[in-house]
Amino acid sequence: MDERLKPGKLRVRNHRVILNRSVGGDAGITFFLSILGAFMFLPMLYVIMQSLKPLDELFVFPPRFFVIKPTFNNFRDLFSLMSDSWVPFSRYIFNTVFITFCGTLGNLIFASMAAYALAKIKFPGAKFIFSLIVTSLMFHSTVNQVTHFILLSAFGMIDRHMSIILPAMASTLGLYLMKQFMESSVSDSVLESARLDGASEFRIYLTIAMPMVKPAWLTLMIESFRGLWNTGASIYIHSEQLKTFNYAIGQILAGGIARSGAGAASTVIMMLVPITVFVINQSKIIETFGSSGMKD
Amino acid sequence: MSKKQETAKRPVSKGDMTRAQWTWKEMKRNKVAYAMVAPFVILFFVFTVLPVGLSMILSLTDFNMLQTPGWQGVNNYIRLFLEDEVFLIACKNTLIFASITGPVSYFMALLVAWFINELPPKIRAVVTLIFYAPSISGAVYMIWTTLFSSDSYGWINAKLLNWGIIDTPILFFQDEKYVMPLCIVVALWTSLGTAFLSFIAGLQTIDNSQFEAGAVDGVKNRWQELWYITLPNMKPQLMFGAVLSITQAFGFGAIVTALCGFPSVNYAAHTIMHCLDDYGGQRYEIGYASAIAVVLFVIMITCNMVIKKLLSKVGQ
Repeated sequence: MDERLKPGKLRVRNHRVILNRSVGGDAGITFFLSILGAFMFLPMLYVIMQSLKPLDELFVFPPRFFVIKPTFNNFRDLFSLMSDSWVPFSRYIFNTVFITFCGTLGNLIFASMAAYALAKIKFPGAKFIFSLIVTSLMFHSTVNQVTHFILLSAFGMIDRHMSIILPAMASTLGLYLMKQFMESSVSDSVLESARLDGASEFRIYLTIAMPMVKPAWLTLMIESFRGLWNTGASIYIHSEQLKTFNYAIGQILAGGIARSGAGAASTVIMMLVPITVFVINQSKIIETFGSSGMKD
Repeated sequence: MSKKQETAKRPVSKGDMTRAQWTWKEMKRNKVAYAMVAPFVILFFVFTVLPVGLSMILSLTDFNMLQTPGWQGVNNYIRLFLEDEVFLIACKNTLIFASITGPVSYFMALLVAWFINELPPKIRAVVTLIFYAPSISGAVYMIWTTLFSSDSYGWINAKLLNWGIIDTPILFFQDEKYVMPLCIVVALWTSLGTAFLSFIAGLQTIDNSQFEAGAVDGVKNRWQELWYITLPNMKPQLMFGAVLSITQAFGFGAIVTALCGFPSVNYAAHTIMHCLDDYGGQRYEIGYASAIAVVLFVIMITCNMVIKKLLSKVGQ
């Protein structure tokens, strides 16, 4: 600590010296965060409240925000609605899990392998490939949906899960994050000595680089996961038995107000999964984003 | 380890070869690298690069999935900008929508990340979750239709009636006045996503000694600290976040459709995405839809380039 700093002006928080902080500013910031936090949190809370309300509370006028006598009836109703559906509900869940699992796994393998080569092997064309990948982050993929349809039908992949899984495997955000993280956290000297010992690049990737970037795997996985988990009605899939959980929920919600309790219950189930995954891995995910920056 | 192996691993020296020869040698030496990028690059090429190229070509034809396509030159573009009134409305809506959601979501993410950076780690984790959760929870934004519903179950209408502000319920999703602002609010609600996490991480990587040095050098308050120390230090994250925010700002079509239906009342929230859906997914006028896709593509890339230029000036 520098001697010129007067101790009286310093405040310590989290074992760190906090400088130049006025109490008024702190109060203002707390106020701002509370308002914005309420805006973010209350709708989420309302979904949870709705899912726990018994029928008479759902239909009371004026509607109440908080539940008085919480019940799990809506969840029970949801499951009985599910068992009545023409396609067994377990099938929708299987479809979502299958798409999410295959797409995420494929993305992890392909993207991490490519990320290793792009970050740690110098070869002609690497810069060009990476610049294409960065460019792809600059536009939204729905731009391509029309031509996707033509290409997928040319490959005979319409109405198959592959039409969702294959494009997801080549999602570029995961590769980008993985490559940046490898560049900053895998040291070249370790790789160089492994090379001198005669290890193949593939072996180095698998046994040295990959274990060093575990946080990045998690981040790539959650990015891929949240996209695929929320796959709804896709224009590439027509068969009812191939459709996803999210689509089925949409159908339940379309059943109108009479099902609003079951609808809220299904929304809660849908959102619990990604939120749980995020909560468990939060610190690792944020670690990865530390190297996410883009240099011009 | 033999000498031969060792030389094989070294980069080929440029020596007295031509550039092409050297490149070829280097490519052969790095066969493994190409094998490793191949699966990803092939899929990436097929599902991202090729579709963009194909759109550009198809946009010059009248392809409709049934008949042999005929060459149209720039007719599709002429029709878009001179004859298609709905498209022009959509352009206006898209630009309004993106120019509000993009910057607001960007600065909201930055400010919130900066504000929560000094909270104790446990509390910070909870607050991060509160702000981030709406963006990962999928269709949970549908709750806004319940909150703003115009029948007796709408919570907002009930409150407004109760407080005597209005005397008949407002048809939020059927009224041109409210459709657009509501969609923007909901879009913003779901927008603190990847860029937000990137900012949080970027702030945590800045070394504390820099702030101490700054205080010695006369930084007087947190806003000066932000401008002179924090922002220049996290410039790469600012760049990354900007790219993601812009891309996201143009991709909120699904939310609009879910909230206001398709098409929305009097096209009040009709965006270019919806035009694309309309012509590509429903009328199968692929040539025309491709022209729409190309316009959207060009708008997004241009925005990104301009913002990148502006951001490179931060802290200079």
